[in-house]
Amino acid sequence: MMRIATGIIAAVLAVAGFADAGDQRARRVAVPVVKIEKGDACVAPTGEMRRDHMNMLLHQRDRTLRQGVRESRFSLKNCVDCHASRETGSVLGKDGFCSSCHVYASVSLDCFECHTPLRQTRAASVPQ
Amino acid sequence: MSPDRRQFLGWGAAVAAGTALAPAIRLIELAQARSPQEAASALQRWGLLIDITKCADCDECVTACHEENGVTGHGRPGTDAQWIRKVSLRDKRTGYAQTLPLMCQHCEHPPCVDVCPTGASFRREDGIVLVDKHTCIGCRYCVMACPYGARSFVHETVSGQKSDVPRGKGTVESCTLCVHRVDRGETPACVEACNRDGGKAMVFGDLNDPSAEIHRRLRAELSTQVRADLALNTGVRYQGL
Repeated sequence: MMRIATGIIAAVLAVAGFADAGDQRARRVAVPVVKIEKGDACVAPTGEMRRDHMNMLLHQRDRTLRQGVRESRFSLKNCVDCHASRETGSVLGKDGFCSSCHVYASVSLDCFECHTPLRQTRAASVPQ
Repeated sequence: MSPDRRQFLGWGAAVAAGTALAPAIRLIELAQARSPQEAASALQRWGLLIDITKCADCDECVTACHEENGVTGHGRPGTDAQWIRKVSLRDKRTGYAQTLPLMCQHCEHPPCVDVCPTGASFRREDGIVLVDKHTCIGCRYCVMACPYGARSFVHETVSGQKSDVPRGKGTVESCTLCVHRVDRGETPACVEACNRDGGKAMVFGDLNDPSAEIHRRLRAELSTQVRADLALNTGVRYQGL
């Protein structure tokens, strides 16, 4: 009985210790603030979007440009329309949806050298 | 009547029905609008017919094009991008003057595609010649190769692009025949502006579609290609040149 109780106490302490380590890490490193502006669900589950959004965009971009297939599901325009900030209307900037993570991970973001990072006025006028 | 003979007649009837129905089926196939999920197909060949005798002394097409595609300059005519321009022709002996809009001629055999080292310059299945700016390295071979001087290089950082028309420094660009509008089933901005405010000189359509105005007019009236000697089979045709 005594042995089991000791085991339980040890386990609880270990979990608390891990959680504390996680908290400390979060305090040491500035975790990006990702503001998801609109909707509960993206076109794929969050984990998949985090891992594969670049591949989805790459695939869609070639199909759209080379073959003229204009599906809105994985289009960059669709991303921007949902995720652009309500204040600035852009996915770039300090707390911008795209740039906050990309700056944190130090991954260059070339899409918006040519594409507009701004939500189109037509979509902005629709109440959300 | 022997069974063989009857069978032969049956085949004849089937062939006759087939030849009668086949063109109708093809017409239906061509007339159907393309859905966004469908790829551009070689059944279509988009083109323009420009009647220079009606071309007014205005630049509505140029203004509309640059407005639609977000093409803005820096007040430097030597290097600013130009997707469409008005060209003036004047016969030195008689003084007879003409003016015409000139843009990418959307050739069937485009020299810009031949010379591109990365495959960025390409011709879509439906005849529209485009630049894939993701793979364009800005070498400008295509600018040199184009006999119509239709391509421009973007020298300076661009901002305020239209969402349908991405543009960026270090790439080459030209008339896209307003591909984003064509995919929606609309006509290019220059044609719309010309028919609204200009001389109603431009017609847009499918060169392969027998029911299209452009097809009928090209069949019935005289038209010319600019630099026809190069045998590029341009998608843009002129009348009265």
